[in-house]
Amino acid sequence: MLKGRRGKRIYWTVFSVVAIVCVAVFLFPMFWAVTGALRSTTDLDSPTVSFLPHEWLLSNYSNAWSQLDLLQYFKNTVIQAGGAWVLEIVLLTLAAFALSKLRPRFGGVILGGFLVSMFIPGQAIVVSTYLVAKDLPFIHTNLLDNPLAIWLPAVTSAFNLFILKRFFDQLSDELMEAAEIDGAGVARKLWSIVIPMARPVLAVVSIFAFVAVWQSYLWPLMVFTDPNKYPLSVAVTQISYSAPLNWALAADVLASIPLLVMFVLFQRNIIGGLSGATTG
Amino acid sequence: MALAVAPVSPTRRSRRAEAGSTGRRSLSNNLKSYALILPALLCFALFSWYPTIKVFFLAFEKTSFSVGGNHFGGLVNYRTLMADPQFWPAWRNTFAFTGIALVIGFGLPFFVAVLLNELRHMKQAFRVVIYLPVMIPPVVTDLLWKWFYTQPSGLFDQALGAAHLPQSGWYQSSRMALISLVLITTWANMGGTVLIYLAALQNIPGHLYEAAELDGANLWQRFRYVTVSQTRFVLLMLMLFQIIATMQEFNEVNVITGGGPGNSTITVLYLIYKYFDQYYNYGGACLLSAMLVVFLGIFSAAFLRLTRRHG
Repeated sequence: MLKGRRGKRIYWTVFSVVAIVCVAVFLFPMFWAVTGALRSTTDLDSPTVSFLPHEWLLSNYSNAWSQLDLLQYFKNTVIQAGGAWVLEIVLLTLAAFALSKLRPRFGGVILGGFLVSMFIPGQAIVVSTYLVAKDLPFIHTNLLDNPLAIWLPAVTSAFNLFILKRFFDQLSDELMEAAEIDGAGVARKLWSIVIPMARPVLAVVSIFAFVAVWQSYLWPLMVFTDPNKYPLSVAVTQISYSAPLNWALAADVLASIPLLVMFVLFQRNIIGGLSGATTG
Repeated sequence: MALAVAPVSPTRRSRRAEAGSTGRRSLSNNLKSYALILPALLCFALFSWYPTIKVFFLAFEKTSFSVGGNHFGGLVNYRTLMADPQFWPAWRNTFAFTGIALVIGFGLPFFVAVLLNELRHMKQAFRVVIYLPVMIPPVVTDLLWKWFYTQPSGLFDQALGAAHLPQSGWYQSSRMALISLVLITTWANMGGTVLIYLAALQNIPGHLYEAAELDGANLWQRFRYVTVSQTRFVLLMLMLFQIIATMQEFNEVNVITGGGPGNSTITVLYLIYKYFDQYYNYGGACLLSAMLVVFLGIFSAAFLRLTRRHG
């Protein structure tokens, strides 16, 4: 669209503006948070704030870690997000494989039922879901204050189910039939053929599943009454009411680090998965 | 449905013939399939379908924690809600929040994506930077922005002061509060939408632009008749999902304003939570939920119908 020397100049002007705006809008607030957590409380309250902290109090981070019980909240979050991830990936893979490759009777109806879930406003019916978790139908078990209250509802991600099903749809039937002729049963087909080929898409779904639980707030806020079981998202809000601001900021930064590290490691999977899931 | 989606191929024909000749194999195939589907199905039934139906029954129940528990209460929850001075502000704010989010948050990511799509350098770096906020837990984002908004020592007032611009009351002024919250969700969610738009933009065949240019279309016309019309489906879907999400706004209100100042940021979902957490009135909460579910259901259906007819 832009040609010649004038075009080149316009291009580089636009490029620099976009780069500067991106850094200012998206990276600077993070820099501000990381360094803000290093400031003293008087520094934070001062009406004229310096660009860099007056003194670099690394102790804020170590104090936040040791004094605010962050280790316990990290453990809780890892258990909740990790368990949800394992359960979701296993159950959704099995269901998506059966719907895509075994094609049972009424498979279309079942798939339609899963599709409907995508349009149910999950957050809106949260009190009803809470009452179900508090007293499960038929078996009358109470899941409150139990990680199962996070794990089981996490499976109901219709979006992830569809990503998986669509991937399995693309695998050729010939391959399945060849395996069948060689005497492979359902378990063998799934384990030796489908799962190895599905590794990239399983990675994407895993990340989405793990991140969703790590970030969730309203649901854990409702189902955990015991503060010792709070995940980080609930804990950091409680901390913000009670702890000094610089410690609370340090806790906020620490609670974000695992997901940011995960993103940097898996950026290609995540960005590719997000693009692939919605087009084509 | 699954069969209908599969492309017609010789394989499918042979598969059907095979299934016809060995009925027993097909039965065991069905049983195996159901066994694989069942665990996921149970989770969906318990935590998605059942609560959706249950909410309409709970809406007519009077919540009681004494012996005997809840019982049918007819319109008792309706009367409670109608007498609640927070009811109409909650709906008004929810619609206002959704509207402001459309004005600020819907066009902006598309504009950014169109701009980024023209850049040929450091593509991956831009994507990573824009997506970073999406990875931060939303509650952490809210707490950080609450601090940025602090007066007068917060980042924004400092920046405005340095630029000699008038400072605003942010979430502490009833005029700016909703906008302040919308800014946060826009910043936090932009990365995801930008990436989806970018993928859609890259799927536009280049020859369409060339043809438009040959026909004498100017920059705006090329944008309107090629870029927008080729990405129309994605734009409309993301608009629908954004509306559904913003109609359920909760986090920022709970973490930052608690519905205030006055009732200027109380939303329907925050009121649902208040009925649950402070008033212990589950019936009232569920009636509000039922209203929201019905509204979103009708709205989504109408939206999908209308947009399909025009396409």
